[in-house]
Amino acid sequence: MIAEFGLAALWLAAALAGLQLVMGVSALRNGDGPLAILVRPVAVMQGVLTVVSFAALVALFIRTDLSVKLVVANSHSAKPFIYKLAGTWGNHEGSMLLWVTVMAGMGALIALLERRLPERTMLATLATQAFVGLGFYAFLLLSSNPFERLPEPAVDGMGLNPLLQDIGLAFHPPTLYLGYVGLSLAFSFAVGALLTGQVGPTFAKVMRPWVLGAWIFLTIGIAAGSYWAYYELGWGGWWFWDPVENASLMPWLAATALLHSASVLAARDALRAWTVMLGVVAFSMSMVGTFLVRSGILTSVHAFAVDPERGSFILALLAIYIGGALVLFALRASSIAEGERFSVTSREGALVFNNVMLSALLGIVLLGTLYPLVTEAFGVKVSVGPPYFNPVGAIFALPMLVVMAIGPLLRWRRDRLQRVRSPLIAVGLLLVLVLVGLLVWRPFGLLPLLGLGLSIALMVASLLPLRGRRLRHLPLAVWGMVVAHFGIGLALFGMAADSSLTVEKLAAAQTGDVVAVGPWTVKLEAVEPVAGPNWTALEARLKAQYRDGAVVTVTPQARSFWTPPQQTSESALLTRWNGQLYAVLGNETEDGRWQLRLWWKPFVTFIWYGGLLVALGGLLALLGRVATDLRRRSAVRQIAQRKNEIAKVRGA
Amino acid sequence: MRGGWKVWLPLALFLGFVGLVALQLFRPAAREVESAMIGKPVPQFALRPALADMPGLATADLADGKPRLLNIWASWCVPCAAEAPQLEALRKQGVDIVGVAIRDRPEDVTAFLGRYGNPYTRVGADDLSEVQMAIGSSGVPETFVVDGKGVIRYQHIGDIRPEHVPMLIEKLKEAGA
Repeated sequence: MIAEFGLAALWLAAALAGLQLVMGVSALRNGDGPLAILVRPVAVMQGVLTVVSFAALVALFIRTDLSVKLVVANSHSAKPFIYKLAGTWGNHEGSMLLWVTVMAGMGALIALLERRLPERTMLATLATQAFVGLGFYAFLLLSSNPFERLPEPAVDGMGLNPLLQDIGLAFHPPTLYLGYVGLSLAFSFAVGALLTGQVGPTFAKVMRPWVLGAWIFLTIGIAAGSYWAYYELGWGGWWFWDPVENASLMPWLAATALLHSASVLAARDALRAWTVMLGVVAFSMSMVGTFLVRSGILTSVHAFAVDPERGSFILALLAIYIGGALVLFALRASSIAEGERFSVTSREGALVFNNVMLSALLGIVLLGTLYPLVTEAFGVKVSVGPPYFNPVGAIFALPMLVVMAIGPLLRWRRDRLQRVRSPLIAVGLLLVLVLVGLLVWRPFGLLPLLGLGLSIALMVASLLPLRGRRLRHLPLAVWGMVVAHFGIGLALFGMAADSSLTVEKLAAAQTGDVVAVGPWTVKLEAVEPVAGPNWTALEARLKAQYRDGAVVTVTPQARSFWTPPQQTSESALLTRWNGQLYAVLGNETEDGRWQLRLWWKPFVTFIWYGGLLVALGGLLALLGRVATDLRRRSAVRQIAQRKNEIAKVRGA
Repeated sequence: MRGGWKVWLPLALFLGFVGLVALQLFRPAAREVESAMIGKPVPQFALRPALADMPGLATADLADGKPRLLNIWASWCVPCAAEAPQLEALRKQGVDIVGVAIRDRPEDVTAFLGRYGNPYTRVGADDLSEVQMAIGSSGVPETFVVDGKGVIRYQHIGDIRPEHVPMLIEKLKEAGA
């Protein structure tokens, strides 16, 4: 019954999305009326029904209902509870249901909470959200029904891909999806504003907190995904420029640019067309990313469920939504006046530079991701990897970091560089000092060297806006910016340090052997079999010691899962404040020795601490904006109350 | 961005993208899952018998001039039970099928074949999935068409459904003469 109930709720939600679209469009054409009042409640109901449907699927997975095809294909009765739960979204159908749930849930939230936008733009926005939602409902219901039953219940399930049986990854997709699909609001707001022509500071102020919310989840999702790839794949790397990774990075870059350009629009009524364009691009990148990793036209180390039939369905959706929005943009761009002018040396100027660089980064990531497709069209198979992305990305990223350090110190509209001369010189000197120090200390590659120098300069410069201000009275939004920029500096420091200071050792060790890697000595004590709930493994017992410090035991494993049969290597990590020791157990060699792969990675954890700080900065800014909005609302209420009282007194 | 051709640029770029991926998506070649092992000889291995009364499997057994199916399966695998009737149908049409049982126990193998029928002439036991990995298979069930020289000609991923039977016979004929 639960499966039928979930399916019915989903169909009903899809029908409501259709109703929301029709009512919204008709209210837009015929002016206000009873239909206009009903759009918001319908959007809320639609959101509630998708949540009900999603909850039904979760219940089926928790009970391991073996009469449901999706449960049989992706779960197993012997699986730990937490992975039964995660199995709900660890597959194509379930994750598409999560997609429409987030999409409809976000629409319901703006319908409930957003009151600042002109009502007509709000109607257009909700109609757009429903229109985009409808396509994904159709995809889910017509070609990927998660509630399909088997003619006969199965004996047992086939299990979940063992690489996904990891606590980090269990909650990675929901986080990522909140960000990924949350950006649909940016798209709907942008299309709504284009339809009614009301692109101005209010539009930017309304859109900003919603984009910020999605961006926070996206940031956390990317950081968590990177850490998962780092410890679970056992290759010691934290970013592989894999299509799946690029698919989440591209919307992040677009959303980051969007947040900055929305600030300009909100504060100075400039960059109207550009902000709208970025709103469209951000969610388009989410959809393009989804298409690329699910259609099977690109191969990925992350081995996603792929299917060309489904690929063509998503491609049709892309063509309708993105193509439609771009046509609308081209038709309306001239009617959105560009707004205020500003000089190059100003806060706006710095933000425009940041926008151009972020867009360029987005462009090169997209180009690198699609390049194998271009060459394959001409019959040549190539793979594009770090040799392209790292240097080409750095060309755009490094100048952006310089401007990032200066920008927040500049005033709006017009400023002179002389006013910020002393902090600039200080940061410049620091940069030179760091570079010289590093050059003398030991030879590096140019890019990691620049990265190390710039990251330290950026961390220092990001604190400068706090200088000479009363910290307790500083708006939360400024704190948010400071924390996020500091986080970028910290993450960059981790990346540069990891790529220049890492020491690797590949050893074939017998029990009792001692291997040295960087400041560590590692002794192989034993290799023994161990067993888990649904796997068996060989486990190495290693005694690791940092210089003369205490001896710590770590236990990397080579795991074999039974359902489905697959081997994974569980790396062992030893974290110190200044880096991580990373150990992987390999195969047994013919003469009875064990392959051990050891890395000493100085400051590598700063990458993820930095990522979390960036997300925290976003959260602070969001809280600041929400608090301001609540204060404004209560002020408006008080004024209305006062007016009422006065009217009453006069009437009496 | 006031009017002019520039406002159409994003759309033009997007249409280029759609054209490119549509080309890839609808090219027939892109639809076949291509294993890196196709056209290569089966890697060297020798597996102990998975059953008491049936021989095991080694690479040498595959290069006797006769094309055959190499089926990778396991008694604990649900789709393997689903494809059993199709394997039986292939055997009845004179196809020689050899099996590799992944991470299995002899008593489970016997029970499975007792229940669903035994289409195999040889079954080797791959206790650590080593042969499975070497041959480029990532799950169960999978079926390979191996020609008379022991070269892999075709890889079928997933269970064999009734509609696949004629196709596999065709592939065997192509690998045959």
